[in-house]
Amino acid sequence: MAEFTFWIVVGITLGSAFMVVMSKNLLYSAYALLFSFIGVTGLYVFLWADFIAVVQVVVYVGGILILIIFGIMLTNKITSVNISHTSVQKGVGTLAVLGMATLLGFMVFNTPWIELANVEPAETTAAIGRLLMMDYLLPFEVASLLLLGALIGATTLSRKED
Amino acid sequence: MTVDMLMDWFAAIGDFPVLAFILAVTISGIPLFLVMALNAMVAVYVERKVSAFMMDRIGPMGQGPGLHAGKWGLLQTAADAVKLLVKEDTVPESSDKILFKMAPFIIFIGAFIGLAAVPFSQTLQVVDFNVGVFYIIAVGSIGVIGIVMAGWASNNKWSLYGAMRSAAQIISYEIPAGLSIIVPIMMAGTMNLQELIHYQSGSVWGILPNWIIFNNPFSFLAFFIFFISAIAETNRTPFDIPEAESELVAGWMTEYSGFRWAIFFLSEYANMLIVSGLAVAGFLGGWRSPIPGLFDSGAWGLFWFMGKVASLIFIMMWFRWTFPRLRVDQLMHVCWKVFIPIAMLNIFGVGIWKLIFG
Repeated sequence: MAEFTFWIVVGITLGSAFMVVMSKNLLYSAYALLFSFIGVTGLYVFLWADFIAVVQVVVYVGGILILIIFGIMLTNKITSVNISHTSVQKGVGTLAVLGMATLLGFMVFNTPWIELANVEPAETTAAIGRLLMMDYLLPFEVASLLLLGALIGATTLSRKED
Repeated sequence: MTVDMLMDWFAAIGDFPVLAFILAVTISGIPLFLVMALNAMVAVYVERKVSAFMMDRIGPMGQGPGLHAGKWGLLQTAADAVKLLVKEDTVPESSDKILFKMAPFIIFIGAFIGLAAVPFSQTLQVVDFNVGVFYIIAVGSIGVIGIVMAGWASNNKWSLYGAMRSAAQIISYEIPAGLSIIVPIMMAGTMNLQELIHYQSGSVWGILPNWIIFNNPFSFLAFFIFFISAIAETNRTPFDIPEAESELVAGWMTEYSGFRWAIFFLSEYANMLIVSGLAVAGFLGGWRSPIPGLFDSGAWGLFWFMGKVASLIFIMMWFRWTFPRLRVDQLMHVCWKVFIPIAMLNIFGVGIWKLIFG
């Protein structure tokens, strides 16, 4: 059962990721990314990462994807711009992809994967909260400070001078 | 009736896991769709009547000679549904055909999967899982993608403006809504909707319900911020600038007709049900009786839950016929400069309250 759904999820993720790369229309690529993100959510569910799965939807679908689509739509004179992407440097690209694939394949087959017992693990939300607020409080705060800085910076840069 | 229960039940009968999964999902999905359709039909009728009474009219009563819409116009929505189904399905010549046809599906999926986590009663919930609140907030953003898709694919200025406004509005109001729903989560210490409702059982001084909204001043405020943001998230008046009739014809829905448009309508009313359901589960005791201990079990849960949801939906309709539409800048002002600071103070306040009063 789980295997059956797993392969469906993998199919959705990889199929739409392929669409993202291959589609000639930039907007189609952005929308194909939606299905890829949702597929990745499914993969998180298979890893019993309930909280991360929902965060994936909130951050990637609700935030990043909307921003990408906004970026495409708000581009000035969108009708005069050719909304497509073309392939350049095919030879070098193929080499890079093959090299990366070999490296990743080598890693996948040589990593001693930890296999967990087939039981339902505990909920992760409370544990994540506890870790963030106790053990990793400093990195957490530094990250939020960085985001705040980025936010203020973006507002300052995009503001019209009065 | 959760999917897990059905799966266990099928597993007891025999060993057919794939079929059992498909059956369990279908069996729990069909009533959910019926809830969605029925909710829209009832809500459309009520909205017609409520708007009529607010304007001192009588609303739909009959359809004239030949076609009568039943007593008090009760068959009005049935007639509307039939009209929408047989209407010509137009696709604009210059539209992006694929995206134009896909958008209703995306919007419908966004509403439908959100409905799956709504706790209609103690047992009547399709999936009961530990990140329920967060899940409902999260899948709300899938609908936005559908709206932007519809607006873009229509290849029409009004549609595109409507879609951009809608996306900006929903994304903005998700923040105060999310920050406010954190208040009940902090108090109950769980994101599971059923546990959240169980936290609100019992009573204060024997008579008053132990609902989170009445627990402390911060949660009282949080409820109103959540509810108003929720109305904004469903694109309803006074926050309906995405489809403002007077300026954008019908906003992002302008080019849609027939059944595709009906799907948008269905999803809008389902979204009203979802956000009201979340408000009820988070602040108003869920399926708990308003009088502690009175009819507080079994099927009565469904009655109380739907009763509370219906009251909230009625308030949304009341708003619609009371307040004028906000301007875009007013809308953003209310969200970013009023609601978000108050919502953040609420979180801070509830933390302190919990620290002092336990």
